[in-house]
Amino acid sequence: MSVESIPIPASREDRSLEVPVWQMRVGTRLSRIAAVIGVVVVLALAALPAIASRNLIQDLIFVLTMLTLAQLWNALAGWGGLVSVGQQAFVGLGAYALFAGIVMLGLDPVVAIPLAGLFAALIAAVLGPLLFRLEGPYFAIGSWVAAEALRLICAQFKSLGGGTGMSISPGELSQMVGLKTVQALLGLRPAAARDVLVYWLALALAVLVTLGIYAFMRSRMGLALAASRDNAAAARSVGVRTARIRHALWIAVAFATGMVGAMVYLQKARISPDAAFSVTDWTAYVIFIVVIGGVRTIEGPMVGVLLLWGLVTYLAQYGSLYLVVLGSLAILIMLFMPKGVWGEVARRRHVQLFPTQRWLARSR
Amino acid sequence: MRWANMLELRAISKTFGAIVVADAIDLTLASGEALGVIGPNGAGKSTLFNLITGLLRPNSGRIVLDGVDITNLSPEARCRAGIGRSFQIPQPFDHLSVFENLAVAALFGGGLSEADAIQHCGRMLDLTGLEAKANRLAGSLPLLDRKRLELARALATRPRTLLLDEIAGGLTEAECHELVETIRTIHAEGVGIIWIEHVVHALLAVVQRLVVLNFGKVVAQGVPGEVMRSREVETIYMGVPA
Repeated sequence: MSVESIPIPASREDRSLEVPVWQMRVGTRLSRIAAVIGVVVVLALAALPAIASRNLIQDLIFVLTMLTLAQLWNALAGWGGLVSVGQQAFVGLGAYALFAGIVMLGLDPVVAIPLAGLFAALIAAVLGPLLFRLEGPYFAIGSWVAAEALRLICAQFKSLGGGTGMSISPGELSQMVGLKTVQALLGLRPAAARDVLVYWLALALAVLVTLGIYAFMRSRMGLALAASRDNAAAARSVGVRTARIRHALWIAVAFATGMVGAMVYLQKARISPDAAFSVTDWTAYVIFIVVIGGVRTIEGPMVGVLLLWGLVTYLAQYGSLYLVVLGSLAILIMLFMPKGVWGEVARRRHVQLFPTQRWLARSR
Repeated sequence: MRWANMLELRAISKTFGAIVVADAIDLTLASGEALGVIGPNGAGKSTLFNLITGLLRPNSGRIVLDGVDITNLSPEARCRAGIGRSFQIPQPFDHLSVFENLAVAALFGGGLSEADAIQHCGRMLDLTGLEAKANRLAGSLPLLDRKRLELARALATRPRTLLLDEIAGGLTEAECHELVETIRTIHAEGVGIIWIEHVVHALLAVVQRLVVLNFGKVVAQGVPGEVMRSREVETIYMGVPA
């Protein structure tokens, strides 16, 4: 006899509810204004390649892909409580799956990107049950170890360049879906047109991931996720399937992370295990962005990625001193603004452009 | 159709290494009954709740709800089957508002649609006196409000069996009286209650039957007045030799 067959006594049946006494709202007037501004900014960014230099487009590919990774890590660690330092595993897997798709299977790069995401998701689905046996710091270390193991495995594939990596010749990418259209549209050479194409894909993914995470956090599943993070035992005791929600989030984040990896390495056209599975590039910077911007907010990663971009641009000439400044800044912000730059602004001015809290009020 | 016994524990045993926390406990809760549980610290009272809600698995014995064996069900499935609980040490979802704490319980444990959940949560906040603080973060609440939140969140899951773990401790006389009234209201609606409590006068104002636990064993049970005068209770609380 299953649980479903337990008869439901009268007290648990839905009573016909009277006129609603309470109502719930999430958005604010400011958030609706922010939505309009957001649309304008996205449209402007989409039109930018018409006037922007190739350098700026390449910078913005960096900004958009890092923003996407930061939003994904924030969803995983900030909202989900799954503090992973192994997200480079899925960047690397996505990148390698893309190269394998192009070189071994002769796929079109644009088609290979979602397949690379699926591949990363598949590996995440297999790794999940193993890693979820660990909690807190042990999970963090476990995820890192898993990423290192995957890096070593990828380095074994001689056909993908082994330990030293490989490049894809521009000729192989010249027949890419959409490339000719972009070339004709903007009058660009193939290499510059490929940047623009990747830029548009990265913009689309950044927008989709940001809106997707925002919608998820406002949904009932987002509420269940936040409850699971705050107190797993209590969440289970109020009927939440905590393990299932975490596992689903982990796989979805890996899917999008894999697509980011594929896009980044499509633009670079060169791959190596050390770069694609770099803990510094794909996890440390990402955590930096989220922490200085503001964890558990949609705005935080946006602020954080712009700060990182500024620092990278102006400090790059100082060599290793730049990493010292980056580290010191992170420590200072964590000490004096534990909720990050945006978190501090939101606390002082009571502004939220992407509110997630559900407010209860009486209707009359 | 209803079973006479909605919840049955059959020879439940649990040990942590050499320490026996539940020793072949047989316990039944009749449909709509209010049962009190007392016993000294470390008697296995909270463990009993963890066994009933599934956070702990017994070494042996069965747990039966409405004639269905639930011994192997997960805590979340047991909640959806109608078992709600409060924690002795409040376990709020700190980064969620008070209302959101209830909403997650009503949506998942209570199986309500969003529209119904909002109304149900509103009523439970009203009942437990938390409505004015509905939009505050649970982590910012003082202890007494956290205890109220434990009760409110358990009620939001629309339990048919409600397990209350020391929710009267630390209340003033007036607050305690209010709490007793609230629990009576819930009981009057047909909800079965098992209440662990050290504030015995509050407990006796509600329960119909009393169970005394010591060293993981049921040492006495029956009509509350008689149990309180029994030799076992005197021995445990007053140190009178048996």
